[in-house]
Amino acid sequence: MLTTKQLQFSYTRNQVMNFPDFNLQKGEHWLLLGQSGSGKTTLLHLLGGLLSPTSGSIQIGNTELGQLRASALDQFRGKNIGIVFQKSHFVRALTIGENLALAQQLAGLKPNRERIIELLERLNIGDKLRLKPDRLSIGEQQRAAIARALINQAPIILADEPTSALDDHNATEVINLLEEQAKAQGSTLLVVTHDKRLKDRFPNQIAL
Amino acid sequence: MTLLNLSWKNLSNKPLTMLLSLVLFALGVGLISFLLLVNHQISEKFEKNLAGIDLVIGAKGSPLQLILSSMYHIDAPTGNIPIKGVMPYLNPKNPFIKAAIPLSLGDSYRGYRIVGTTANFLELYEAKVRTGRSFKAVMEVLAGATAAQELGLKVGSTFQSSHGLIEDENLVHEGHAFKVVGIMKPTGASIDQLLLTPAQSIWEVHEHAGMGAAPAVEETEEAEHEHSDEEHAAEDSIAENHAENTEQVNQIALTNQEEDHQNDDEAPHDHAEEHRLKSILEYPDKEITALLLQFNGHNITTLNLQRMINQNTSMQAATPAIEITRLYSLMGVGQDALRWLAFIIMGVSGLSIFISLFSSLRDRRYELALMRTMGASPGKLFAMIIMEGLLLAVFGYIIGLLISHGGMELLAGEMKAAYRYTFTGRTFLVEEGYLLLGALAVGFVAAVIPAIQARNTDISETLAEG
Repeated sequence: MLTTKQLQFSYTRNQVMNFPDFNLQKGEHWLLLGQSGSGKTTLLHLLGGLLSPTSGSIQIGNTELGQLRASALDQFRGKNIGIVFQKSHFVRALTIGENLALAQQLAGLKPNRERIIELLERLNIGDKLRLKPDRLSIGEQQRAAIARALINQAPIILADEPTSALDDHNATEVINLLEEQAKAQGSTLLVVTHDKRLKDRFPNQIAL
Repeated sequence: MTLLNLSWKNLSNKPLTMLLSLVLFALGVGLISFLLLVNHQISEKFEKNLAGIDLVIGAKGSPLQLILSSMYHIDAPTGNIPIKGVMPYLNPKNPFIKAAIPLSLGDSYRGYRIVGTTANFLELYEAKVRTGRSFKAVMEVLAGATAAQELGLKVGSTFQSSHGLIEDENLVHEGHAFKVVGIMKPTGASIDQLLLTPAQSIWEVHEHAGMGAAPAVEETEEAEHEHSDEEHAAEDSIAENHAENTEQVNQIALTNQEEDHQNDDEAPHDHAEEHRLKSILEYPDKEITALLLQFNGHNITTLNLQRMINQNTSMQAATPAIEITRLYSLMGVGQDALRWLAFIIMGVSGLSIFISLFSSLRDRRYELALMRTMGASPGKLFAMIIMEGLLLAVFGYIIGLLISHGGMELLAGEMKAAYRYTFTGRTFLVEEGYLLLGALAVGFVAAVIPAIQARNTDISETLAEG
């Protein structure tokens, strides 16, 4: 489902980052562990098509990311990759519901109100539909961010430090939800973290 | 969620920032639109009052003053001219002249001007009588619609005129009551503000009142009568020598002399007692303030007439169209200054849109990157920011027009008092359509740099900064 080969990236000429090859199967849940500065976020951006690798290849399903043109890549990303970031950001002018609808639309799908409500209900924030993001607590915001990553039933879910800003209670809850929901829709989940609390949760691990 | 919707939500999420840009933009648009409205309506009024008049003859002085006083009734008259000097033009048989309307000015009633004239003055402005009838005898008055309304005049009302064009109790012509016999329909031209009476009424008031102050309409000294023919003949002969079209001048001079002789044959008349109106041609010794002329087409004779009068007589002739054009160019300086001010405000408002979009982008960088990860293309972000600029421009434009048209309506009352002209804010101009295009251009230009920046958002870098 998600395969990398000889992935290399460099911000400057004399500092080249090499990433291990890996091959994630459909529906598998993986943990990518590494210290700060080890290139975790860079790798996640490469996988999400937000950065182009200096060399090597990334294959998602049958698609070679490097072969997509810019606008096709944007569309592909919107449809096939859901990303949860360390800090949850939203379009602040829009309500939670509108943010999710926007995610559907930008991916080229029709806004589906029922799907949005159902997903928010499942994540226990159904009553936040009409609130602006800054009215939510950090835990609620992170759940809403998960909802946005899941909304298009993307086959790949990438999570960048989804728990590092949360307390133990919220961290557990968020990671539970991520796993549950990814499982429910059969998505491949890759969590990138240095959060030791998550170490024992995932049998499949890649170390940087 | 359309792009438009998204842009609107982005703007309305920061209402104060939006308000500042909007107010500035609306001010600029409003000022320009207001100038357009005032300009358009003033020139409309001026043109309406041109009424096809080709030439105005009056006493020497400023030609603009002559035009303003005799056609727009907003300045003091230049003085008086003897009827015998303009006899040739008053003659209905003159083939070059379609209409000649004498005006006797200088008196007023409570600030509204009394105009001594003939019945064809009404035809000039296509004015119609609404109630009553037109004046038929001395001291009868046909009131303009606005004048009648403001002065509370009705058919049968009487009033006493006062000397001069301002209200002054000390200058009332005692003992000579004007009687309103009719009221006109409104025309939109300056005739609405006038009180029309036969020219003879003015003479009557002045001859019998014996006012000490020099009236704009002077009594004619009887002694002068003796010399009038000689003087006139002399004037005409000078005209003959100088005019290029001598044949025409001869013709005019001939007619003139015939007319004068006819008058001499007639018994002397005392019009004060005789209230039946005679042709004004029968009063060669009296004076009028101005003569409005319409030509029968334009030819070399009519073209030379103005120069001939100005060079060879003690009168002056002025062309309304030329004087009004001159007036516009004088007013134009002030208008230009205001217009520049308006453009500067527009420029500043464009700058304020630019700054507010630019600074909002700094806050929204993460949002923009996020939208990219959700599948938005760079072009979409570009379009979204441009749309925000255009939205501000459109709203600013709408508010600006509301301000200018609403303000125009409010000011219409004051304008009426100042210029005796009615204005309205309920018309829209084609130029305001162009103004919309201009507004959109300002909105676009202001948004284009922020939009390019949005388009170039580096997703990875922005997201990594968190």
